[in-house]
Amino acid sequence: MALKKSALTVGATHTERVIENLSRTQLVMYAGTSGDYNPLHTDDLYTKEIAGYPGVFAHGMLTMGLTGKMLTNYVGDGRLKKFGVRFTNQVWPGDTLDSTATVAAIREENGELLVDLTISTTNQDGKEVVSGTATARIDP
Amino acid sequence: MMFARSVDDPNPVYYDAEAAKKTEVGGIIAPPTFPQSVAQFDPDYFLRPKHGQKWFGSAKGPTGITEKPASSGGLHAEQHFEYHRPLRPGDVLTVETKPGATWEKESKRAGKLLFSERITEYRDQNGDLVVTARSVGVRTEKPVAQS
Repeated sequence: MALKKSALTVGATHTERVIENLSRTQLVMYAGTSGDYNPLHTDDLYTKEIAGYPGVFAHGMLTMGLTGKMLTNYVGDGRLKKFGVRFTNQVWPGDTLDSTATVAAIREENGELLVDLTISTTNQDGKEVVSGTATARIDP
Repeated sequence: MMFARSVDDPNPVYYDAEAAKKTEVGGIIAPPTFPQSVAQFDPDYFLRPKHGQKWFGSAKGPTGITEKPASSGGLHAEQHFEYHRPLRPGDVLTVETKPGATWEKESKRAGKLLFSERITEYRDQNGDLVVTARSVGVRTEKPVAQS
């Protein structure tokens, strides 16, 4: 399942749809497993009337988790060395997200073959919600 | 498995011991963003309602507290993980969090932004470093404007 250096080229991309029509219930599930019960993510009344947003929105870490699904499907299980993101726009219920990894570099470090990836997750309007980088071990 | 479900990831390596045995990692591992759930084990975590304390989310009214919060609240700006090995069931992790840098920025969409960084080190039962996390939070002067 792991990537092979011989089959990779800089600029190659891998894209997956990571969520379609994101439900509020998914936000509740993520609150429960992550332990982050910030009402901004599950409590519409609070979020509208107190926080001043149009409604509940996704935990950044949920979007990172969805992006991570694309990443581990691409690089294989247990292959990630680094995974980092910036949350560039909020994600709302009803959003459909696509995540893309692009090969930025293929290199060797301390005897390990590595791939550096740039990562971007966008919503149905093409707006980027997560941008980041990752590094994973690859095979020859 | 519940965590994998909550990030909509059906990969059996996160819950099916038989299927996971046949993979390269040889057994169940945790998804890459799972370490953040350490919040469950922090007795003082401020984003969880606590026994006997007022909660700022809605109940009879839109908030359960009477004082107005000082800002429109904190948002997560960045998250970075460095993995030294996969996390496996049975691991006992000890976590140490240190504050990192803080900085300010002016933004059109949310006024003055106050960024603060936290570095969290996850060590296993042998004292070995398994995950290092760097989290950047931001407090906004006003809610982020929607474009």
